[in-house]
Amino acid sequence: MTSAAPFCEYLLRLGDDRLVLGHRLSEWCGHGPILEEDIALANIALDLVGQANLLLGRAAAVEGKGRDADALAFLRDSREYRNALIVELPRGDFGFTIVRQFLFSTYALHQWEALASCADADLAGIAARAVKETRYHVRHSAEWLVRLGDGTDESHARVQDALDELWRFTGELFLTDELEQGLVRRALAADSSTLEAPWRRDVEEVVRRATLRLPGDVYWQRGGRDGIHTEHLGLMLAEMQVLPRTYPGARW
Amino acid sequence: MPGDTAHRLWEVFTQPEGGKPFEHAGSVHAADAEMALQHARDVYTRRGEAVNIWVVPSSAITASTPGDAGPFFEPGNDKPYRHPQFYKVPSGVRVF
Repeated sequence: MTSAAPFCEYLLRLGDDRLVLGHRLSEWCGHGPILEEDIALANIALDLVGQANLLLGRAAAVEGKGRDADALAFLRDSREYRNALIVELPRGDFGFTIVRQFLFSTYALHQWEALASCADADLAGIAARAVKETRYHVRHSAEWLVRLGDGTDESHARVQDALDELWRFTGELFLTDELEQGLVRRALAADSSTLEAPWRRDVEEVVRRATLRLPGDVYWQRGGRDGIHTEHLGLMLAEMQVLPRTYPGARW
Repeated sequence: MPGDTAHRLWEVFTQPEGGKPFEHAGSVHAADAEMALQHARDVYTRRGEAVNIWVVPSSAITASTPGDAGPFFEPGNDKPYRHPQFYKVPSGVRVF
């Protein structure tokens, strides 16, 4: 690895999280529970894809091999994707989507806040903008979570199931490794392990308001940062990438 | 869409910039005020059209009816002195 390679890898982690989750959210387009929420989910999806575009663009520039954001998004296989597993799981029902969005957005908010003062001016700029977007994502998903959790028996049961199912995928978000620690020392990355305490505080507060219960200790699922994914990512990428792969260089 | 009827209707008013009056933008469905506010934000202000939003339950609005049009509005038509165009604008006053 050259000195640029770890930073490029880190930017891929950030960018892939958002690209994959943005795509999952976009699957709701035309299927939202009500028209207004359909628009809200599409808005959040667009924010995430926009963030991914900037992050992958920066990753391509840092890499310096002539690739661009599109090449990174559409011409990598699942083995080369660096997103955490939680974002690639199928969208599930509306409750599942909301719980995942809340868990991820809360994590992302603390991460962006830390990155807003990082030593890379481009990444710091992306973070400063994304903080505002992500604050709204947290607010929207948290308010829905409270209403579903403290709603009907069925909505309560569904979001509790979603929380129980998703919980084992949250640990991966806070794993750090040598690569990240090296970047933390150069003020180029947010230390993932320090994000867990504030994340947990926020999650507990909303889960309590939603009259839900936090799952107990579980075995943490992991592997996404190393390119070891669930079967779901490959299927998702097949759909997401079919056009640029079938018609290379297509424009419209 | 299913579930649509479970949600109340809210009227949305947006303020295009600070100090300007709020204007009626349209309406949204939502279960309560906070969600109405968020939906209004997503539906009516995505392209920076507003700096402030009001949402009001549609049921809270009392409206005049077409039948009111005569007694409400016509008496003003034959009272030209209610209109200020007879007054000369003093010099030095800016005309909007």
